[in-house]
Amino acid sequence: MNSLSLSFELAACVAAILLLIGMPVAYWLAFSNWRGKFLLESVVALPLVLPPTVLGFYALLAMGPRGPLGKLWIALFGHGLAFTFTGLVLASVVYSFPFAVQPLIASFEAVDRKLLDASALLGAGKWRTFRRIILPLSLPGVVTALVLSFAHTLGEFGVVLMVGGNLAGVTRTVSIDIYDRVQSLEYGEANQLALLLLAIAFAVLCFVYAVNRRVWAPAWTRWAAK
Amino acid sequence: MGSEVNSSALVASIRKERRDAGTFVLDVSFEAPPGITILVGPSGAGKSTLLDCIAGLVRPNAGRIAIVESVLFDSAMQIDVPPQKRRIAYVFQSLALFPHLTVEQNVAYGLRDIAEQDRRTRVEEILEAFRIANLRNQKPSQISGGEKQRTALARSLVTEPRLLLLDEPLTGLDAELKAAIVEDLRAWNTAKRIPILYVTHSREEVDALGERVIAMDNGRVVSHGAPMDVLDAPRRKRLAQAAGFENLLSATVLELREPDGVMRVRLGESACEIEVPLAHASVGDRVQIAIRAGDILLASQRPHGLSARNALKGKILSLEQRGAMCIARVDCGVAFVAHVTPGAVRALELAMGKQIWLVLKTHSCHLVN
Repeated sequence: MNSLSLSFELAACVAAILLLIGMPVAYWLAFSNWRGKFLLESVVALPLVLPPTVLGFYALLAMGPRGPLGKLWIALFGHGLAFTFTGLVLASVVYSFPFAVQPLIASFEAVDRKLLDASALLGAGKWRTFRRIILPLSLPGVVTALVLSFAHTLGEFGVVLMVGGNLAGVTRTVSIDIYDRVQSLEYGEANQLALLLLAIAFAVLCFVYAVNRRVWAPAWTRWAAK
Repeated sequence: MGSEVNSSALVASIRKERRDAGTFVLDVSFEAPPGITILVGPSGAGKSTLLDCIAGLVRPNAGRIAIVESVLFDSAMQIDVPPQKRRIAYVFQSLALFPHLTVEQNVAYGLRDIAEQDRRTRVEEILEAFRIANLRNQKPSQISGGEKQRTALARSLVTEPRLLLLDEPLTGLDAELKAAIVEDLRAWNTAKRIPILYVTHSREEVDALGERVIAMDNGRVVSHGAPMDVLDAPRRKRLAQAAGFENLLSATVLELREPDGVMRVRLGESACEIEVPLAHASVGDRVQIAIRAGDILLASQRPHGLSARNALKGKILSLEQRGAMCIARVDCGVAFVAHVTPGAVRALELAMGKQIWLVLKTHSCHLVN
């Protein structure tokens, strides 16, 4: 498997997982009145400011044969977690967490609270209100979360290097591949991959900004109601 | 729904402290039988907080809320039924229509756990009753203000609630449209007798709908009864303004005429003297007099042969056309606001600066303590 398709596979897995676990976390952060909420908010935002090598270092320790996660994994599956694709997915989920959760929080918070009150008074429980009101009205945020966590995972380097090492076909992602090629003076190949990542990053950002522009909102709500 | 449920009254006694903007305490206790009970009072009186408590959106500090045998909240027994289980319909001032759903989807939102056929019939009936069947596939952003209000009412009523809360749902509509919606609501209420609590500032809505009025001020119920009793003898100044008394004048008592049941007062610092109903006052006391703009007559000459006792000479300061009504400001030493029809403006040739006579019936002058 080449590095590019490996990166895409990793990014897709991470984006899907983040959407699933990001929604309940974002819901709680958007609607909870708990006083200590800022603690969880800080934890969620931590990967934004932490050097990837720091995050990768602790992920490696945790996943190593003597780390808690590593021990658990060996007990469950008979092999370690470090330097595997699964380990890479886990570390990337942590690393890209804020990129999924923050757009979700922002879009959940933007939903008019009166609509939620109206839904409850019409007999809807929290789950039904989420499914029928919050989710459709937050669709741009959901798409943004999905796309940003995908794009962010696609380009990560430090965490992957720490946790995954550089095993061709298993953990060698495209950003590591570029680094390798530069090291061995293969500038042409490095340039091709780098240009591709640049084009993808630009396309993704264009998409995100377009989705979140107010001018597109009517189209979104039409689509959401289908 | 059994009729025994529909014939139930709301019994509430609520205490709620709010500290978000100074300390405000809502402390009320009342009963609302089936039919329309109007809640009036100046803004900040606690009307919306009261509705929020009844609906379960705000938790009272203490009290008890019940629709006869069914307890919704009881602080002593630690009962607090969540809003989605209270079967109370609440139409907000903002209406809160779901923007991504059509009129029909909005109306059907609260109907579930019933057979598809049944659901369709009920949605159909209510769409017809509130004259919005032709808008079923439109989104809220595509329909007019009045249509939105009808949709919000239909959405709440289709669920057959035990209680209906309306927080100024008809604000911003013109009088004709308002009257039509009020008529539809009244017709619906004749068929399904449930208690309706209706917050409004509009005198027209009070007259059109009200069977009972609860007047609130500063978190308390200050008056409770038939609309005439509560609104037509205002005892509190802020309430008078909220209830649509456009003219609120301070005056000095000059003379008591007990046999006639009247007293003479001088308005403000002016030379104007008028006769008002006798009150517990002595000569020299300052009193407040509230007069509705619609109760003031205008005459182009000094009137005679009238039973009205008060005629004041003045000059028109301004004329303003608003809908089917003209608002005249008249200076008689103190300024008055009077409402006249455009026909009267033409017949009397009213214009700015013109000399005019104001005619006031003694009993149109209400004393505010």
